[in-house]
Amino acid sequence: MRRSRASRPQPHKVDMTIDTSKTMAAAGSGEDTASCWSCGDMRAAHFCHACGKVQPPLPVDYFSFFGLPRKLNVDVAQLEREFYELSRKLHPDLNARADKREQEWSLEQSSLLNDAYRTLKDPIKRTQYLLRLEGVELEEQSKTATEKARASGEVKKQIVPPDLLEEVFELNMQLEELRMNQKMGEDDPALVNDLETHRAQFEKKYEELAEELKGHWNQWDQAIDGHNDEDRRRALDRMVDLLNRRSYIRNLVRDVNEVLGN
Amino acid sequence: MSTERIVGIDLGTTNSLVAFMPGERPVVIPGEDGLNLVPSVVALDDKDQVIVGNAARKYLIETPERAVYSIKRLMGRGIEDIEQELKLFPFRLADNLQPGEVLRIQLGEKTFTPPEISAFVLRQLKRNAERFFNAPVTKAVITVPAYFNDAQRQATKDAGRIAGLEVLRLVNEPTAASLAYGLDKRQNGIVAVYDLGGGTFDVSILKLHDGIFEVVATNGDTHLGGDDIDNLLITIALDDIRGDMGVDVSRNGEAVATIRKAVIEAKIVLSSQPVTTLEVELPGGQHYQRAITREQFEQLIQPIIERTVGPCKQALKDAGLKPEQIDEVVLVGGSTRIPQVRALVEDMFRRTPHTDLNPDEVVALGAAVQANILAGGSEATENMLLLDVTPLSLGIEVAGGVTDKIILRNSTIPASATQHYTTQVDGQANVAIHVLQGERELAKDCRSLARFDLRGIPPMPAGIPRVEVKFLIDANGILHVSAREQRSGTEAQIEVQPSYGLTDEQVESMILDSFDSAEEDFRQRQVIEARNEAGTILAALEKGKKSPAWGQLTSAEKKRIAKLENALNEVRDEDDYSAIRTAIDALNQGTMRLAELMMDSAVSTALKGKTMDQADMGEGPDAPHPVAKAEFE
Repeated sequence: MRRSRASRPQPHKVDMTIDTSKTMAAAGSGEDTASCWSCGDMRAAHFCHACGKVQPPLPVDYFSFFGLPRKLNVDVAQLEREFYELSRKLHPDLNARADKREQEWSLEQSSLLNDAYRTLKDPIKRTQYLLRLEGVELEEQSKTATEKARASGEVKKQIVPPDLLEEVFELNMQLEELRMNQKMGEDDPALVNDLETHRAQFEKKYEELAEELKGHWNQWDQAIDGHNDEDRRRALDRMVDLLNRRSYIRNLVRDVNEVLGN
Repeated sequence: MSTERIVGIDLGTTNSLVAFMPGERPVVIPGEDGLNLVPSVVALDDKDQVIVGNAARKYLIETPERAVYSIKRLMGRGIEDIEQELKLFPFRLADNLQPGEVLRIQLGEKTFTPPEISAFVLRQLKRNAERFFNAPVTKAVITVPAYFNDAQRQATKDAGRIAGLEVLRLVNEPTAASLAYGLDKRQNGIVAVYDLGGGTFDVSILKLHDGIFEVVATNGDTHLGGDDIDNLLITIALDDIRGDMGVDVSRNGEAVATIRKAVIEAKIVLSSQPVTTLEVELPGGQHYQRAITREQFEQLIQPIIERTVGPCKQALKDAGLKPEQIDEVVLVGGSTRIPQVRALVEDMFRRTPHTDLNPDEVVALGAAVQANILAGGSEATENMLLLDVTPLSLGIEVAGGVTDKIILRNSTIPASATQHYTTQVDGQANVAIHVLQGERELAKDCRSLARFDLRGIPPMPAGIPRVEVKFLIDANGILHVSAREQRSGTEAQIEVQPSYGLTDEQVESMILDSFDSAEEDFRQRQVIEARNEAGTILAALEKGKKSPAWGQLTSAEKKRIAKLENALNEVRDEDDYSAIRTAIDALNQGTMRLAELMMDSAVSTALKGKTMDQADMGEGPDAPHPVAKAEFE
């Protein structure tokens, strides 16, 4: 049985467990999100504060879903608390007796909640997601890198991080040598040792990138606060470079592992 | 307050139970015989009446061709999946079964599918509950092994429907057990549930937080349990009998059933006594006897219980936890009564495991708790909520036979993901979508769940259509897939119909294999992707040559492009992905001016600013993948 929508506007109630200013912001962007389909009260983004009914999902991004600004420093403990609070409203188990339509919404809302939480709680996934929202496809190079390449007529070489060029070159030589050795059935413990040292260095760099990324987050967040478009673009480019470098190193380590057979 | 009468059912390999939560605590509902456990045994009597449970057990020995046990092992599986099962279990399949067909089991003159046989057990439980309430029961929560795949879950849900039950939720067994424990111990922390039952093994790691039971990782083996121990002992007894007494009774159903009964009794005694005697009266009147010490028993079964270690380690790794970070360990399933199993668990998690609740009943009790929550909750379950995960990754096959994973294992459910795909040929009207489950990089190594077509895509050049595929895993762990072509709005929606493309052994081994062979998988995938990309850019170049922009190039530029094109053609069929990548990048770079000229005069300004391959392909399986390119020169 479906309930009809009450036409009388009712006063807005504030549920203190969730910051309503944030959830209302999430509802934002010109959708008709003002009132609950069931009781007609002011609805929050995902459920009605007055009657508790799950609302039809809105097409929002993951940051907006949690009522968060599009910034990268996220309080993960707070995010977890919100995740648990919203789960208590949206999960299908708690809406199992609602009508079919509400159950559908509950399923969609809670899958959106889970997807959003999974993405935002992880630093790398969160950064990748933000870049995608900003229109960056990560397999591309950063814009500056591409433009530089175009201007100089160079082959798309910039994807090898310039600061790694020398080491990468040496590593590749060694990999090649070791492959040859393996084909000939020869043993070269010193070479293997060298490669392992190189791998350890790259693994360390890989770890360091996580710290470096946090610096870029701060730049991005400040640029957002200061409405500075130029700084924003710069931070964006740096993050793209960093993530490219990161996956470059990851693949390099994988190549070494492959040749070393571990 | 809960008003609906929803029961919780543990549909086990060996035993099944039904439970309910009338007040603060869940209780198991006994059968007419006063016993809580209903053996998952189904038989036909001489009048073809269906007999279930304790009453059916005698048929296993008297008329084994009219009785069946451990049917859970066949749920959701095809003929090609169960070779191993048929060697170890006396399942009699109907004649003329075809690959891909649902299995049918011969009972006397009749045949039944596994969901039908499970439904007989469920119907018995339903009757027990109705007798207890003196009122009809139509709704149930049924438990499944956490590591059950989509097809096995579907089959279980079907069984409920056949038995006249609306299955409101499928709950994972270890998670259900944690609910039963959580009712008493309202505390926060990390809990590991080790569930070794009659036929399946699961391990789940949960985070408890003010009534929320959040599963963080799960793993298991749907082929591992007390049955395997029984079969091992039976094989030994059969060998003994052949060797010492010179008779082969391995094909005598009655003899094997008698030995099985004796072996199970001996196994149970050895959990509390240091020695026991295995005694069997064979059908010919001969007498087989053998003393067995606990030490011998432990040596024999060590390889079986060792198989639980791998999944436990993987679950810890996936959860990002060390053994010492586990606060509590809970034991579930009859096989955890074996002292050696307890010692192994204690050793692995460095905690004395909880055994306060009867390991045979705890899953059903937990199912009753979940039923209470679904019915609206009560004071006892207030604030309790279960957040479970999907045990296996889900994906779709893309060009080159590669699996594109779109929901990773251990994602909290419900979960969804959307991916965009495009066509590979001009005017292509259909896009075939192949849904897969598993951890391996190549589609052929994952379990095929379903295939479906998105039809009627309006004629467009290759790469222009954008097909959005949405995967949604519901709270039962069952997958729903829909697809839509975004430029035309063509829609296709399907419920995944399970296909039995792979054996369960393969599914089981998927996770383990994928760790053994991750490097090899990755290498193959890289080569395939590089070749696809080469095909794309070469096709785009062919188009470019026919465009007016081609004429604007200098002859030196054309020569250079031809040289680069040849270079790519030379390496594209080799197994060296870095060489292919290098040649692609060189050609991409060499054709940049051509691409720009084309774009300047192009129909769509939207394509501006993209390189050759992207301009032509849009997003699709052939567009560059988010795997960063490792280049060697």
